[in-house]
Amino acid sequence: MVKIKYKNKINNLGKKLRLSESSSKMVKHGTEGPVTNELIIKEYRAYKYAKVLMLLVVAVLCIVAFGIDIGLGAYSLSFEKVYSLIIDRLMDWNQTMDTDMRVVWELRMPRVLMGLFAGLGLAMAGAAMQSMMKNPLADPYTTGISSGAALGATMAITLGITIIQGSFGTVINAFVFALLPAGFIILLSVYRKPSPAMIILSGISLMYIFNAVQSYMMLVADPDAAATVYAWTIGTLNSAKWETMPFISFVAVVGGIVLMYMARILNTMNSGDAYSKSIGINVNRSRIIVLVTISLVAAGIVSFTGVIGFIGLVGPHIARIFVGSDNKVLIPAAGLMGAGLMLLADCVVQLVQPTLPIGIITSVIGGPVFMFLLIRQKKEVW
Amino acid sequence: MVLDIKAEDLGVSYGDNLIWEHINLELNEPGLISILGPNGVGKSTFMYTINKILEPTSGRVTIDGIDVMDMSFKDIAKKIAYVPQSSGETFAMTVMDTVLMGRYPHSGYTVTQEDLEIAADCLQKMHMGDYAMRNFNELSAGQHQRVMIARGLAQQPDLLMLDEPTSNLDIYHQIYTMRLLRDIAHERNMTVLIICHDLNIASRFSDRVIIFRKGTVYADGSAQEVLTEKTIYDVYSVKADIMPVDGRPYVIFHADEKDELDPDHQCGVIMDEKVEEAVKELEEQMI
Repeated sequence: MVKIKYKNKINNLGKKLRLSESSSKMVKHGTEGPVTNELIIKEYRAYKYAKVLMLLVVAVLCIVAFGIDIGLGAYSLSFEKVYSLIIDRLMDWNQTMDTDMRVVWELRMPRVLMGLFAGLGLAMAGAAMQSMMKNPLADPYTTGISSGAALGATMAITLGITIIQGSFGTVINAFVFALLPAGFIILLSVYRKPSPAMIILSGISLMYIFNAVQSYMMLVADPDAAATVYAWTIGTLNSAKWETMPFISFVAVVGGIVLMYMARILNTMNSGDAYSKSIGINVNRSRIIVLVTISLVAAGIVSFTGVIGFIGLVGPHIARIFVGSDNKVLIPAAGLMGAGLMLLADCVVQLVQPTLPIGIITSVIGGPVFMFLLIRQKKEVW
Repeated sequence: MVLDIKAEDLGVSYGDNLIWEHINLELNEPGLISILGPNGVGKSTFMYTINKILEPTSGRVTIDGIDVMDMSFKDIAKKIAYVPQSSGETFAMTVMDTVLMGRYPHSGYTVTQEDLEIAADCLQKMHMGDYAMRNFNELSAGQHQRVMIARGLAQQPDLLMLDEPTSNLDIYHQIYTMRLLRDIAHERNMTVLIICHDLNIASRFSDRVIIFRKGTVYADGSAQEVLTEKTIYDVYSVKADIMPVDGRPYVIFHADEKDELDPDHQCGVIMDEKVEEAVKELEEQMI
């Protein structure tokens, strides 16, 4: 009796398994029958087109968020009005500007553009850093850039020690100090050929050193200066000016292009150094190129905006959920996702309280969004 | 076309730890070559020195007369492919994307129709066509290995090196893969170099067998010449009987409880002859 019972159970299980196998095959290929090379190639191409389509969707969302963001504020403008004004100005650059035009171009455009480029650059750099370090916790600041920048800025704000005089004193200080830890790690890469784990750990130890010095400076500084420093470390777009735009857009866009060019190499680095070398990649040289690029992008952005956290870490991960881990698609997707998140966060800032540092909102919004996607996620992405 | 690869007085150490030195080997005939030997004896290390993954501490490796250290990674990759034993992907791409990596040395930034055809073909060869659009990390260890072999084939090298290509495969795919590798070697007039721990698999399919023992190349030749009871005992400290099957040695190990394993076995360290005699005497007494 018992034996028969089990036999039936096993048979049923077998049937179920076979059924599920054939049904999964049907879902995969649409038709049953042997897989041909043509079918594989067709599916692969369809998959890639779908990813590019997703890229376009995110780009459109960014454009929408851009329009809405510029419209928000005490003097609110409709989405259509914003874009008609932008197009109007682009068609006739030398026109005399009325109030609406001034609000859009002079008051709000620098801030929103700064957010766009900061999000774009940080998220692309983050995606590249994660792929190169083979670590989902890596972000553009992994080599200690944020703590370096913070120390430079603190020095300028609390002690008044700046490398150059004038209004850009803090910015230049932050930029130069941000490149110190990164430069150290790049030198290490040249002479010691470290593993990704070693790079991350060196970055962390540098971060602690810089943080310690910065903390001491803040302790002995006067409270007002300390408060300014604190606001700076959270990250804000409120200091955006047209004059700084060429530099920021240059580092974000050119850096992004370099990283996209390195995408194929980043893909293979994910399979380990030994394999990468075996298919013809000079791993050490490539790593240095990527590190230098990421450092310049992150330092360039951070020195103007302060340390905007989270975008560089989570932008790439959200993009990964939608487009997968092929860096050729991932890096631009992460950039657009980062830009979109920044614009969204800035919209919230404008609605809640325009003086709020955006760094707070990126985390408040990005955190739950990422959590939601993470929990809902069925496919294995990481 | 078969490459002329020479290891001349080659030596490698990791820090103070000498792996081996004064190695002289020539790989210049088409066919399937197996490297055997205990763990940690430097088999993978030898592979690494052939395509510049690792810089030798002494001596040199030449490909068609040119020192590999003077060649660029890309030039080497056009001729030599390497299939690692396991993969450590943190962020997995699709299986198809993974196989397309193998086309890197031959193609530009964009993937061509030819690349796609070669990749699809290699996947099919390894019976992984059904999984082309799956994520690499959704596969089992054996499937990973088959994808990695497909990736190595997609590189279309003149020397294909595989580090334990059958370690995770089921019996069917062990035999299938070894046959495929042997046939590819003969058809394309190229060398396939594998590291293997299954003596019978190596014996059945290899045209040449190289055995590493601590610090040296212990034996080099056809399976019949190399796989003897003495060699196996000297290298692995395991007793075995050799039976000819289809003209090739078939190894049967004495693996019962009564066949006690040598407690002093250390990666096939060369034992002093006197010590060896003493061990034998002791063994006889115990029997």
